[in-house]
Amino acid sequence: MPPDTPPPARAALELRKVSKYFGDLAALAGAQLRVEPGDAILLYGPNGAGKTTLLRLLATLARPSEGEVLFGGKDVHPHAASAKAAIGFVSHATFLYGDLTVRENLKFFGTLFALPRLEKKIDAALELFRLGDRASTPVRKLSRGLQQRVSLARAFLHEPQFLLLDEPFTGLDAATVDTLESLLRQLPAQGKAVVFSTHDFERGAALARRIVALEAGTIRYDGPLALVPRKLLRLTAEKAENSRQ
Amino acid sequence: MHSLKIISAIFVKDLRLEWRNRETLAAMCVFGILVVFLFNFAFEPGREESLRLLPGLLWISFAFAGVLCFNRSFAVERENACLEGMALAPTDPGLIYLGKMLANLLFLGITECVIVFAAGLWYNFSFVPSLRWFALITFLSTAGYVAVGTTFGAIAANTHMREVMLPVLQFPVAVPVLIAGIEASKGALKGDPPSSYMGWIKLAAGFAVIFTVLSYLLFEYVLEE
Repeated sequence: MPPDTPPPARAALELRKVSKYFGDLAALAGAQLRVEPGDAILLYGPNGAGKTTLLRLLATLARPSEGEVLFGGKDVHPHAASAKAAIGFVSHATFLYGDLTVRENLKFFGTLFALPRLEKKIDAALELFRLGDRASTPVRKLSRGLQQRVSLARAFLHEPQFLLLDEPFTGLDAATVDTLESLLRQLPAQGKAVVFSTHDFERGAALARRIVALEAGTIRYDGPLALVPRKLLRLTAEKAENSRQ
Repeated sequence: MHSLKIISAIFVKDLRLEWRNRETLAAMCVFGILVVFLFNFAFEPGREESLRLLPGLLWISFAFAGVLCFNRSFAVERENACLEGMALAPTDPGLIYLGKMLANLLFLGITECVIVFAAGLWYNFSFVPSLRWFALITFLSTAGYVAVGTTFGAIAANTHMREVMLPVLQFPVAVPVLIAGIEASKGALKGDPPSSYMGWIKLAAGFAVIFTVLSYLLFEYVLEE
C-alpha cells in the first residue's frame, strides 16, 4: 500500500548505533549516520568495509542486528512504506527481469510504487537516460552498461527524496557518466539527498560535500571532505587500490 | 483497489515471463505425464486397481510438479535480485506473496489438467461422472498446497541447496492437505456420496485459508535479510 500520510518534508534518514552481523562477522558495527535532505555523501572505503551493508540498511532491505534505522525520527521497520516511497536504490544487482522489455520493467516497478501518470514518467526516464530506442528490447539482450542505465531509470522513476547508489558508475559510458554526475549535482540543490559509494575517489569527491569513510565495518570519519584527515585518506586510498589489484 | 492492482501486476508479470521463456509449465507437464506413464508400466492396473491407485498417483504427480513450480517461480526472482527490487517498493509484502501464489496456482492448475487428461487416457478411466466434486477437491487442496509451497519457495530461494531444501521444508507442512486431497479424491472418483468425504474437503479448505492468511502476514519476514 502506498503510505497513507506523506513523510514530513524535511524528514531525515538515520542509522542510530546500528550493527549488522552475518554469523560472527560484524559487517557494520555501531554505525551512526544521519542523512538530511540536501546532503551529498560519498561513502568511501575498501572492499569489505561495510559500504554495501550500510546502503542496504538505509534502503530498508536489511534489518539491523542492533540499533535502529529511522526515517523522520521513527523506526523504519514496523511501517516501512513511507521510507520506501522516499528512497531510490541502485545496487550491484539491477533488480530487472531479463525477459521483460525496458518499458515493461519500468511499468512494473512504477505500478508497485503507485505512480500517477506512469507512462509520462517512463517516457521522461527513458529520455533522461537515453533509452528511448531500447524501450522495447528485453533487458537480457542489453549490455551491462545499458542494464545499469535502466536500473538508474528505475531508481529515479518515483523521484525519490533519498537516492542511494552502490558504485553507480560501474559499466557506464562517458555520456551516461556525465548525465549521472549532472543529476547527482542537481539533486541536493533540489532538497534531495544523495548517498553513493565509489572506488573512484576523485570522481566521488568532486560530487560530494561530505565523506563517510568506512573501514572494517566501522565509520572512521564523517564530515566535510576538506577536513578528512590526510592519514585516513591515504590509508583508505591505499587499501582501495590494493583491493582493485 | 490499489492492492488489486499490485497483485494483478505481479500475476501478469509472472504469466508474461512464463509465456516468453516457457520453461516452467513445460517441465511440470512433462514430469507429471512421465510419472503417470511410468506407473502405468510398473503396475499395469485393471479397472478396480486403477480406482484404488489413481488418487495417490495423481497427488504424487501434483506434489512433485508443484516443487518444480515453486523452485522455478523464485529462480526467476533470484536472477538480478528481483525479489529485493519488489521489496524496495512501498508495497505490503503480503501482496507480493498473493500475486506469486495466484500465478503458481494457475500454473499448477494447468499442469494438473494435463496430468488428469493423461491419466484418463493411460488408465482408461473417465473422470467425467465425478468431475464436479473432483475439480472442487483438487482446487481446494491445490490452493492449500500452493499457499505453503509459495512461502517455502521464497525461503528456500535464499539457501544454498534450494532444490533440496524446498521439498524438505515444504512436504512435512503440506502433508495434511495432500492427504485430504488423496482421501477426498478417492471418495469422489469411486462415486461415494459427498457427505462421506466432506470432512476432507473442509480440512483442505481450512488449510488453504489458514496458510494463505499466515503466509500473507509473515511474508515481510521472508523478504528481509
